[in-house]
Amino acid sequence: MTNGKVKVATVWLDGCSGCHMSFLDLDEMLLTIVEKATIVYGPLVDTQEFPEGVDVTLVEGAVANQDDLKLVQKIRQNTRVLVALGDCAVTSNVPSMRNWVPVKKLLERGYIENATETLQIPKDGVPALLRQAVPVGAVVQVDAHIPGCPPSAAAIGKALLDIAAGQPPKLAGMVKFG
Amino acid sequence: MPSKISIRIDGELVHARLGQTILEVAAENNKPIPSLCSMKGLRPVGACRLCLVQVEGLGRMLPACTTPVQDGMSVTTDNAKLRGYRQMIIELLLAERNHVCAVCVANGHCELQTAAAKLGVMNTRYAYRYPNHKVDLSHSRFTLDHNRCILCSRCVRACAEVEGAHVWEIGGRGIGSLLVCELNRTWGESKHCTACGKCVQSCPTGALAEKGFAVEEMTKKPEPVSRIAAFREVRP
Repeated sequence: MTNGKVKVATVWLDGCSGCHMSFLDLDEMLLTIVEKATIVYGPLVDTQEFPEGVDVTLVEGAVANQDDLKLVQKIRQNTRVLVALGDCAVTSNVPSMRNWVPVKKLLERGYIENATETLQIPKDGVPALLRQAVPVGAVVQVDAHIPGCPPSAAAIGKALLDIAAGQPPKLAGMVKFG
Repeated sequence: MPSKISIRIDGELVHARLGQTILEVAAENNKPIPSLCSMKGLRPVGACRLCLVQVEGLGRMLPACTTPVQDGMSVTTDNAKLRGYRQMIIELLLAERNHVCAVCVANGHCELQTAAAKLGVMNTRYAYRYPNHKVDLSHSRFTLDHNRCILCSRCVRACAEVEGAHVWEIGGRGIGSLLVCELNRTWGESKHCTACGKCVQSCPTGALAEKGFAVEEMTKKPEPVSRIAAFREVRP
């Protein structure tokens, strides 16, 4: 906590950023949340390294490559309450639709068979894909889940305020898969 | 034996008719028990086990859809233990195949999705299997996506009992079970399918759908199938 405010981080792994869009859809509720929370890391702020001593991290997206895996493990170490935000983080959702295809075949299909120019599989500057895209809960302990594609802004806001008040989020009736 | 009997559901004394199931009596008395494989007018099979209830004096739980009521029976339809098992069943169904709700034709109109939300299933504690299941698009009007199938067999029964065509069957065993068309033909090659669509309307998920519908667009109407089934019952 800083100045009595909960330190919140948001992270975007293998997802479409739709959950972050839904987060921004909180509109005027953001004003209430800003009184109780401060965002210390994520696509919405300019911090390079994931900080230590974070109270709540909202993780959007499935864990699909080596970078995702390393980051989510660091997040777990540095976070008190880790929240899987949205279906990709909770169930692996759309990113997992490649999971029954071996990675080599998958990349060949995308970058060679279906490409017309520069027929090569990118290697430099991109992290290696994991064998399967998996939910966050499959690699680290998750403290709360907010399903939905995307979850409603109201559900995200309720979860944050519940956690800020020291309660586990009570989202019954507010969320569904898909 | 009297045809009118009394049973207790969650402690409340209610009237029932002999031959009714616990599921029917509970629904009539405003105590709906969650279920997926049960559909009005179709023979109950107890496939999904979501409607498991406790009957006083019995050590094991019974599926409400296949258990006939008996005079003096006392049934518990909801408590922490039953709820725990029901959540477990939903989670196992979600982990078994690729139910990618976000891109499903039945998103928002799916009984599995609704049951998960109602039972407060927030995630699946079991590892997803990500099986490589096929999609059969060979029929001129309908689609079969095994990824969404929960093997409830409502389509099998609607086709056999209401349409009388016997196109569908469940083949294989255990985790390898699969909905099969006739003797494992593609749906398009079916010799007996009348293209009536009763299976599609009976399907609780997006496994069976009509062509021409995109994500979230496929709504199901099982009620007409149930009505036709009811007409058949009163025939001599």
